[in-house]
Amino acid sequence: MGESSFFIQALIYLTSAIIMVPLANRLGLGSVLGYLIAGIVIGPFVFGFVGTEGKDMLHFAEFGVVMMLFAIGLELELDLLLRLKFWLLGLGGLQLVLTTVITAFFSYLFGFSWKSSLALGLILSLSSTAIVLQTLKEKGLMKSISGQASFSVLLFQDMAVIPILAIFPMLSDSDNVPVANHHSLVENFPGYLKTLVVLSVVIGIILVGKYLLSPFFRLLAKSGNREIFTGASLLLVIAISVLMGAVGVSAALGTFLGGVVLASSEFRHELESNIEPFKGLLLGLFFLSVGASMDIPVVMANPTKVLGIVFGIIFLKAFVLFILGLIFRLPLNQNLYFSLALCQVGEFSFVLFGYSENLGILEGDIIIILVAAVAVSMALTPVLLLLYEKTIFGFLESKAPQKTTEQDIHKQENPVIICGFGKFGNMLGRFLRSNGIGITILDFDADRVEMLGRFGFKVYFGDATRLELLESAGLEHAKVVVAALDSPEKQAELIRNVNLHYPNIKIVARAGDREEAYDLKEIGVKYIYRETRETAVLMGRDVLRLLGTRSYTAEKARNLFLKHDDETFHELFDLRKDRVQYMSLAKQRNAELERLMFVDLGQEEELERDSWSEMER
Amino acid sequence: MPKILVYLVHPSLEKSKANQMLLDSIPNSESITLRDLYEEYPDFSIQIKAEQNLIQNHDILLFQHPLYWYSCPPLMKLWIDLVLEDGWAYGKDGNQLLGKKWIQVITSGGSKEAYTKTGFHGYTTDEFLLPFRRTAELCGMDYLNPFLVQGTFQLNELDLQKESNRYRQFINQLLGGIYG
Repeated sequence: MGESSFFIQALIYLTSAIIMVPLANRLGLGSVLGYLIAGIVIGPFVFGFVGTEGKDMLHFAEFGVVMMLFAIGLELELDLLLRLKFWLLGLGGLQLVLTTVITAFFSYLFGFSWKSSLALGLILSLSSTAIVLQTLKEKGLMKSISGQASFSVLLFQDMAVIPILAIFPMLSDSDNVPVANHHSLVENFPGYLKTLVVLSVVIGIILVGKYLLSPFFRLLAKSGNREIFTGASLLLVIAISVLMGAVGVSAALGTFLGGVVLASSEFRHELESNIEPFKGLLLGLFFLSVGASMDIPVVMANPTKVLGIVFGIIFLKAFVLFILGLIFRLPLNQNLYFSLALCQVGEFSFVLFGYSENLGILEGDIIIILVAAVAVSMALTPVLLLLYEKTIFGFLESKAPQKTTEQDIHKQENPVIICGFGKFGNMLGRFLRSNGIGITILDFDADRVEMLGRFGFKVYFGDATRLELLESAGLEHAKVVVAALDSPEKQAELIRNVNLHYPNIKIVARAGDREEAYDLKEIGVKYIYRETRETAVLMGRDVLRLLGTRSYTAEKARNLFLKHDDETFHELFDLRKDRVQYMSLAKQRNAELERLMFVDLGQEEELERDSWSEMER
Repeated sequence: MPKILVYLVHPSLEKSKANQMLLDSIPNSESITLRDLYEEYPDFSIQIKAEQNLIQNHDILLFQHPLYWYSCPPLMKLWIDLVLEDGWAYGKDGNQLLGKKWIQVITSGGSKEAYTKTGFHGYTTDEFLLPFRRTAELCGMDYLNPFLVQGTFQLNELDLQKESNRYRQFINQLLGGIYG
């Protein structure tokens, strides 16, 4: 591919994506389908902008899948898994096994070999994480019972992808299919040695991830260069996948493992948000390529076949889910929603179809039909859910009130996110923690993050001005965001971000001085705290005491001063652009305060006179 | 010799000549502990345990305070609410104050005549102090009649000196256990 043609390609792919994806999102079809349709449109059978190189593109874009698995690995926190173990293994596990077995059984009846049937069953048992989670989030059902059940099943499926990838080579009919597409270093080793090498590489990754990665990232963080960080995150993923490939393990499996190792690292959110755009774009490219390489004429020639498969799959999957929902005692309306939500086949099936074609498990022409069927089942999901909501759901809703359960299923659901954990944030964090408030802490100083980690604070490393980082730290569940970053510019950026995308979240902000406080008020912050104000006045109070003023009197003076300072702040705010008026009002207010203080500190001689004494005479 | 715990409760002592005078009249003695509540707790964060421990080592609780709206200043009311706990001061097993004495030393702007049936306020000081009497009784304490310094705004230097002497004598009598 020449340079110019590369750019032309990019131009075509990106343009089609930019047009189709928002459109599909608007129609509630989800971005996966948007990419798929965009691919079909530019593919050889509609406009023909791209030809047969869709296949080559697929190989490149499969790296998006590798990244997706890395991201899935990052998401797997042990305590989340432990919390959900009942639903995860019960509901998720049974769903996968039952759907696989029944689908495989039917495939076998249709004349597939048992190996192909099993592969088909496994592929079709997966649902679309992207579509379902997006839908649940949009409808605010993440915390409902159906939301939790769906989440558990999807999480299990995501984890199941790894063993499935490992099983596939064994399902191949031909004996000499290599594990990876290229020659691995260990090809000619005897079996036990192969296993040994793979094991040692895995252990190596775990050790490196645990002991070397954090210091390495800290070192990079000190250089303070954003793009180097992004580069390092990419390097990490690529290195793992190459290394794994070299010893004959699939890249996907290797990076997934890498992700799991790093899930407990303080750099988790940072890695996540660094990989995110690449992952998103490459996955998009992957779905585009799937669309572009789809053989539309074949699909058009067999409409009944495609539709038959679609409805067969949808019915079968929904049926299995519904039965399981009954066993797990989901309320009827929730159960129906859950069954319909997960009845499509997931985007990962495209990866597995490609994989099984390479391995010679499934024939190319049947795959074309199946890919089309999967795409249609995805497209039908929002339609089915909409129909259900408009008809039965509301009717059942009134009979069975929707219970939200206590147990949260999201990664971080703390009500408070503290951005910036310097001296100020630290004090605040300790105070909140001692009152049993769950806090999520973000900080961009690697040394500090490490030190706090030693003190048992769970601090995430990252730049809080980036919305995606905030979101991966659980912003959507937060009630209060504490803006305590050192730089006023960063503060403003953070506040604008949160205000724009999450207007309901309350923001409390730290200001360095009066000017900064004005700037914060300017951008609409309601709760502003000048960093040194209270401490300085507290010190002043104690100076008064050391000079012989009574404690309670000094305390009152402190409160009076702070109250007056507050009022003055708001009055002067309107005048701050007009220096002359500002100064004169400030002077006036100061004089007034002095008078007040003078009276209150008892400088004026006065006997204890209650006004009654006048009346009593 | 009985031990006296003097609670001074005045939010603006620096403005009250009468109360400063009373304070200066208290003799220096091993048996007298002075506790300045508004100085100790300017933010009203009373340490219950510390107060209770202190009380356990004394026999007489003396509260010196101005009369505000026929009652005590707010911090003293809060002190009563918090320190005199159920199970400590009264109620089941609440016997820590049994047999101790309760005495109030009160300054008021109003004169003796104002606090009579026919005077400006229409009731005697004793009647106004009924809640305190009952509080002491409920805790099993001896409630002694209050020591009153009245009409403070009309007192001149000589009057103040007289009152000071009277107070010093009163304290001495308490220490000699003549009361009770």
